[in-house]
Amino acid sequence: MKTVTLTVKQAPDLYLECENITPDTFAGKKADEIAQLPAYQGKEDTTLGEYFTIAGEAGATAAETQIILKGDCSKMKYIGIKMTAGEVIVNSSTDMYTGGWMKGGKLVVKGDVHSFCGLGMEGGEFLIEGNAGNYLGASYRGDWRGMQGGIIRVKGNVGSDVCTFMNGGELIVEGNADVHIATHAEGGRIVIKGDVNRRVGGQMVKGEVIVFGKIGLMMPGFKFIKDVDLEVDGTKARFAEYIGDLGERHPTRKGEPVYGKIFLKK
Amino acid sequence: MAEYLIKNGHVFDPVQHIKGDRKDIAVKDGKIVETSALSPAAKQIDVKGKSVMAGAMEIHAHVAGPKVNLGRWYRPEDKLFDSHKTPGMTRIEGGKSIPTVFKTGYEYARMGYTFAMEAAMPPLYARHVHEEIHDTPIIDEAALPVFGNNWFMLEYLKNHEIENNAAYVAWTLNQTKGYGIKIVNPGGTEAWAWGLNCLSVNDPVPYFDITPAEIITGLIETNEYLGLPHSIHIHGNNLGNPGCYQTTLDTLKLAEGFKAKNNFGRKQVMHQTHLQFHSYGGDNWGNFESKAKEVMDYVNKQDNLTIDTGNVTLDETTTMTADGPFEHHLGGLNHLKWANVDVELETAAGVVPYIYSPDIKVCAIQWAIGLELALYAKDPMRCFITTDHPNAGPFTRYPRVIKWLMSKKARDERLNTFKHADKVIAATTLAEIDREITLYELAAMTRAGPAASLGLGKDYGGLKPGMNADIAIYNINPDKMPSDPEEIEKAFSGVAYLFKDGKICVKDGTVVDNGNKRTFWVDVKVKANKQVAHDVREKFLKYYSINEANYSVPDSYAPHPYVIAVDATQ
Amino acid sequence: MPKVVTDVTCPFCGTLCDDLEVTVSDDNKKILSVRNACAIGAEKFNHTSLPGRVTRPRMRQPDGTFKEITYDEAIDWTANMLVKSKKTLMYGWASTSCQAMSVGHEIAEKVGGVVDNCATVCHGSSLIAIQDVGIPSCTLGEVKNRADRVVFWGCNPAHAHPRHMSRYSIFPRGFFTVKGHKGRKIYCVDCRYTDTARCADEFIQVQQGHDYELLNAFRTAARGEALPDVIGGVPKEKIYQVVEELKGGRFGVIFFGMGLTHTLGRNHNIDIAISFTRDMNDLMKFSIIAMRGHWNVTGSGQVLSWQYGFPYAVDLSRRSKARYQTGETTSVDLLVRNEVEACFNIATDPGAHFPIDSVISMSKKPTVTVDPHINMSTEISDIHIPVAMVGVETGGCAYRMDNVPIETRKVVDAPDGMLTDVELLTKINTRVDQLMGAQ
Repeated sequence: MKTVTLTVKQAPDLYLECENITPDTFAGKKADEIAQLPAYQGKEDTTLGEYFTIAGEAGATAAETQIILKGDCSKMKYIGIKMTAGEVIVNSSTDMYTGGWMKGGKLVVKGDVHSFCGLGMEGGEFLIEGNAGNYLGASYRGDWRGMQGGIIRVKGNVGSDVCTFMNGGELIVEGNADVHIATHAEGGRIVIKGDVNRRVGGQMVKGEVIVFGKIGLMMPGFKFIKDVDLEVDGTKARFAEYIGDLGERHPTRKGEPVYGKIFLKK
Repeated sequence: MAEYLIKNGHVFDPVQHIKGDRKDIAVKDGKIVETSALSPAAKQIDVKGKSVMAGAMEIHAHVAGPKVNLGRWYRPEDKLFDSHKTPGMTRIEGGKSIPTVFKTGYEYARMGYTFAMEAAMPPLYARHVHEEIHDTPIIDEAALPVFGNNWFMLEYLKNHEIENNAAYVAWTLNQTKGYGIKIVNPGGTEAWAWGLNCLSVNDPVPYFDITPAEIITGLIETNEYLGLPHSIHIHGNNLGNPGCYQTTLDTLKLAEGFKAKNNFGRKQVMHQTHLQFHSYGGDNWGNFESKAKEVMDYVNKQDNLTIDTGNVTLDETTTMTADGPFEHHLGGLNHLKWANVDVELETAAGVVPYIYSPDIKVCAIQWAIGLELALYAKDPMRCFITTDHPNAGPFTRYPRVIKWLMSKKARDERLNTFKHADKVIAATTLAEIDREITLYELAAMTRAGPAASLGLGKDYGGLKPGMNADIAIYNINPDKMPSDPEEIEKAFSGVAYLFKDGKICVKDGTVVDNGNKRTFWVDVKVKANKQVAHDVREKFLKYYSINEANYSVPDSYAPHPYVIAVDATQ
Repeated sequence: MPKVVTDVTCPFCGTLCDDLEVTVSDDNKKILSVRNACAIGAEKFNHTSLPGRVTRPRMRQPDGTFKEITYDEAIDWTANMLVKSKKTLMYGWASTSCQAMSVGHEIAEKVGGVVDNCATVCHGSSLIAIQDVGIPSCTLGEVKNRADRVVFWGCNPAHAHPRHMSRYSIFPRGFFTVKGHKGRKIYCVDCRYTDTARCADEFIQVQQGHDYELLNAFRTAARGEALPDVIGGVPKEKIYQVVEELKGGRFGVIFFGMGLTHTLGRNHNIDIAISFTRDMNDLMKFSIIAMRGHWNVTGSGQVLSWQYGFPYAVDLSRRSKARYQTGETTSVDLLVRNEVEACFNIATDPGAHFPIDSVISMSKKPTVTVDPHINMSTEISDIHIPVAMVGVETGGCAYRMDNVPIETRKVVDAPDGMLTDVELLTKINTRVDQLMGAQ
């Protein structure tokens, strides 16, 4: 694996659109070519080289490329968007759309991420060491195809509208979550080790949400079925199993409806 | 105004029966003229090795109006990573299945189209339709107001009051700047206002107690009484259901015995649209099969019908139609976001996204049916190519549809690589058809035919001197037809030249001029009719939610009108 | 002799009544009286000739006072601001004509603007919900002619859309509803007992912030499933009873407003109300309609949609593409995050409506406000450009809350020398072309 290191040399006036900072775009390029790649702020067309000093060179393919970002990237948007392979490590917080539409590879943010990150994720591994904003792992507005695959792990808390329209993949949150978790989900799995404010599984068709802490208010469309013993992310515990959303439609298998499930640790 | 001499091209013109001969075409003051009428200052354009046709005419697409716009804004995902600006005199374009108005104009022009008919205009929303038509660049447009579920029409035709119905239709065309009589799911969409439907031509409409058959024949009589340039344009009952071909034949048969009466050269009394959706056999999705041959056997035998295909393109697209109950039904099948608007006294509309996947047997059969209809057509002047945009696919796929029609190799390759190819072949007859549409037939199916059907055959759809200089020149050489069918699709995706009203608007697929598009509408004069005036006043006072004086579309909405005057006062 | 202009469309709220009669002085300069309008609509017409009307642009001075400048000076300053700024918020549009919006969009596409309208702090939540789940709906005339079950959920037309109930939703006798309100069952769901609730047959008091849960319970009840005892303060027996009564009707409709758009969950509240409406369509006819506020916010949504594909928060700043993400390209977010460099307000008052942090952010950036009135936005702007009042002194197309397009009329002349929105924007467009051509 070859490494390209980008170090922030000036902060943008507004926010910098960094859709070209991905292993796929860097692959096969040397530092000076990478510096010429476009970056944008509103109608200003600029280059990565205006905002970052760039050292190293990329691998021949995305899979052989590692990107390390140093300095304050909290006003950089779109880092890692649509990446299919390789590695991106950011040593600060990032702004919106980090890891959006990610298909593969590994993305690590050693800080917080803003909203709309991991949108429509299809594969790969996305690790957030701080907190995440809203719409983590959700679908793009209007799209019924949300997160399809891959895994997102958050060490801190997440905001609202988490994994809206989720179809597959997994999200693991070590901290707490706000409102509207797995709304309209049709698959996938969410694990929250902390507490959830409200509105888990609203209009959920299929999928699983596992909560270790408390849920502030259970949706009326969820019905308690039974207690189960589960092993979740290395921990064994007893959970109360709820099925729902009973106000929503559900597919059937062998004539029986297949519900969404909430497991609440006892 | 500029003069052009378009030299050395292979001309395909069914109006003059020119089948690919090398001929020069002369353009002067926006018209096609004899070459001898040009001055020495005429610009010469050498199109050796290229094919020259009149500008194509889209006879049925949903491109302007409230349900089209609802489709646009409720599907932001249709523009994700897609909105862009292309080189040329262009605004930002976007929308894969429902293009924005700028993209609509440019893309039609890039493919050689110079006219599009907005397929269904709800009269109450006519102003909106015209605002969008006004903003759509380059191509001329018109819109068909819907009448098949209109309260005035239901009451007049129940008592067979043709003269009154005709006066009301004339009034509506004038108020809405409309082009003709569109019928969608006759009676069924009024039933839908109560959650019901009319699935056969004999199902009575709740309360109004009139059948679709009576509506259809009454409107044929009305249309011919007025002598409109176009015939009734109908989307029949029972669209989209297995076995619906029977209802289609029942609908088509209602035209028997009627003769076209008009001063525009129109010969048909009924135009049945997107026939693909109405040619299904079987009685469930399991034994779903094509009845294209049966339907076309009937169409071919009649001389007073025209049809358009409604080809499925195998894309993710958006369905939208005034067949409200059908859209509700479709939303129930695929569980995607369903939008519906019932329009007081007039009609309804529904919108549902749909994915025609080649892996799904039914979608592949629908694809085959659309092609079969065109390939079985005996008279290409009566069978037109459409995708019922965006219902069966985006109009930007016309080059692909043309490829399938012109190359058996291309469509067999598609047919044999379906996931359930065996079942698809068993349920259709496409594999047995060897016919490949020729360039001359294509010119009939996309230019001369639609123009004649719309009553515009005198000035449009051909290259005869005196006609309007709407000309499309393609990079395809009939003497050296490509062996790779992909080259056919490529050639029809971007014209070498598009002339609109004698001005070059597209060159090498790039928009170089936005032209001076016009709004076509039909202004019918009828005798003063006290009954209808009274009924209009009463319904506006009691039932409509706006005032009568605010219903009409002012001239400012059609700043460049092309008005076809019809005198029906005899 | 004064003359009466009939069939006038009221340019105030989304009800867009078009039956007003305005009496105008013989010289066409003064409105003498208005008939048929509600109190708010009448005031819209009557206040046009009140003293203190600003008729020329004014520019903020270093000492905080305003000095009158010419239209040309204002246009030049504005065009320079737009050309220089990397990303400009162009907000408002909800009280002007569709024709004016079209010119504004041309400017935005050239200078890299984000075009946003009042939906961003109003029914944007509803638009987001419709983008997620669609919407079964109808025109207001359908309600008048067919509806026998009417639900007002989180809205108060008695105050916000005063003639709505008499023109469309409760009292009118339509074709199939000859008994008027006596043939309808009216429900009002709200966290407090409003004047609209007073007109209802049944008032359901929902705990504030629990509408999503209550609608979930309605859907669950409609499917015949079990419920907890109380949801959002409403006992389950009441929920089952209301659902059964709704099912017993022929044509139901839900009208909703800020009670759903602005409480916890926002778009999710409308989303689930739409899902309930969709469920009910399997059993009977049911529709849902958003009570749009400004008289032409719907129009702005329509024009933006046919031109760019999105109904509000349209980011044209890259000039080569249109992008949309509510929460990112919406005005409040752009201001609070300082993601724009300049602001252009037209035909609405963000200073009055926006959260204070975004107003403070706007006050620190070059800002131009186009409005007939002195308002909170003009007072934090660098330049205030007054224009003729649309729907009173100049006409243009408007869209009602059910998307029906109705023409607004010119009823009186504007004060001498004043420009209309279309004229002003056209001049700004020309000046922008000149400046960008010179670059």
